[in-house]
Amino acid sequence: MITRRSMIVGGGLLLSGCDKLVRQPAVDGWVERAAGLHLPAQRLLVSRHALAREFSAREISPTFRANGNTMPEDDGWIAHANQGFSRWSLRVEGLVRRPLDIPLQALKTMPQRRQITRHDCVEGWSAIGQWMGPELRGILSLAGLLPQARYIVFHCADRTGEDPYYESIDLIDAFHPQTILAWSMNGQPLPVEHGAPLRLRVERQLGYKQAKYVTRIEARASLAGLYGGKGGYWEDVAGYQWYAGI
Amino acid sequence: MDDYPDQVPFHALIRRDTATPQPRLIRRHCLSTRLWHWLNALVMLVMVMSGLMIFNAHPRLYWGAYGANDDAAWLEIGAWVDAAGRNHGGVTLMNRTWETTGVLGLSRGSDGAELALAFPGWVTLPSTYDLALGRSWHLAGALVLAWGLLAYLLWSLVNGHWRDWHITRAQWHPLAIWRDLRAHLRLPVALAEHYGVVQKLAYAGVLFGLLPLMIASGLAMAPGVDAGLPWIVDMFGGRQSARSVHFIGMAGLVLFVLVHLVMVLASGPLNQMRGMITGHMRVPPSHPSEEDAP
Repeated sequence: MITRRSMIVGGGLLLSGCDKLVRQPAVDGWVERAAGLHLPAQRLLVSRHALAREFSAREISPTFRANGNTMPEDDGWIAHANQGFSRWSLRVEGLVRRPLDIPLQALKTMPQRRQITRHDCVEGWSAIGQWMGPELRGILSLAGLLPQARYIVFHCADRTGEDPYYESIDLIDAFHPQTILAWSMNGQPLPVEHGAPLRLRVERQLGYKQAKYVTRIEARASLAGLYGGKGGYWEDVAGYQWYAGI
Repeated sequence: MDDYPDQVPFHALIRRDTATPQPRLIRRHCLSTRLWHWLNALVMLVMVMSGLMIFNAHPRLYWGAYGANDDAAWLEIGAWVDAAGRNHGGVTLMNRTWETTGVLGLSRGSDGAELALAFPGWVTLPSTYDLALGRSWHLAGALVLAWGLLAYLLWSLVNGHWRDWHITRAQWHPLAIWRDLRAHLRLPVALAEHYGVVQKLAYAGVLFGLLPLMIASGLAMAPGVDAGLPWIVDMFGGRQSARSVHFIGMAGLVLFVLVHLVMVLASGPLNQMRGMITGHMRVPPSHPSEEDAP
């Protein structure tokens, strides 16, 4: 007789067999590589300059869900937050001709881009919000990228356990006109839970790429050797795909 | 009968009691159909199971462009704790909740511990919560599904298999459809040399309806695709609508597979398996009116 217990045990064995296959490094490697084909496919079929949909003010979500870390515990960040970020500045370094420290006030006086876009979390939900800030490409041209630079890395003030949050994008997305460093959300200074004082908006990718609490930008030739080497906190910790355009 | 010359008279085939009925071995499925069938059987399993894993990451569905926890969901699979501290699972469809403890919303893991998961581990890939791995399998499988479908359709165009899906004018007659539908409810379901109208409708519905709908609604959820091809997301009325349509389409495909499996069981599973593996299967002797068919 098939008892409930034997069904659970039998089912469990079948599942663990299935999971063993799924978690074989060779199998996982093949699946990862196949899933990674969406990046070249999208780059082939979608214009590099295509703009993400922009919405009207009445389409903004009534509440914009705050996800991930919502309160950094970094002492330096807390000290700046207590001063209303009046003395805060963004560090730009790495493979650049002129490493910069750009005060928040200066970022606000650079040419600004305002956009109402949809934020898509990898989990499946979406929220629409208005973002404003200087274009990343303007900041990068001020610093002057060296020819070896291939990736732009965003170092953040928040950490989960030991690991600091960071993210990275390639130069196609870094020089896209909608890629901005937002200090304003829905017409207000960026709230703490959404990444004050500055967060990345890279509108053609999922939420985990939209790094919050950005303190330092680094131009690099490679992502190898940086933390887990996969180009982002979630990429290193949980195995999310580096390219989040799908 | 004469009004529907294409209508295969199933009942006549079953009830034939006249001289020497000789079942014939016919070539039923071409190579492209067999290859695609078995590849798809595997890919569909991977897509549904990994898709349910992804759904578990946010088991709420919305209509429109946006939708998150504070917005109204038309479907939610969730868990709650009652006054006595016991855990429950349930499905909330348009503000009505059905308790589904043990299966949906709340189930037990392989160690027996209660887990607040929308879909239980025995229908997800992997069986424990892992959004990144579920996504990798889903995105890899999507490429096989979409390019496989395209290759199969082109191959069917070249080798003439598309003619097997063609529904004749006579077959479109409601009475003919009704008769064919009824023939599928009688056991054992009789086999014929050619697809009946209900079969043609089901296969064409999946090939040209449900599968393209799944591919389009899946692409509509990709922010990179939305930027370049905004009409895809507009077609569904927003990204969250596309996500809802993707889920409903999945339910439609699962229903198709279940009915398909029941029909295989009801019409001689060994003969059917032989047909889909070797291409050849046994059908009842031909009936005069079938030979008359144009």
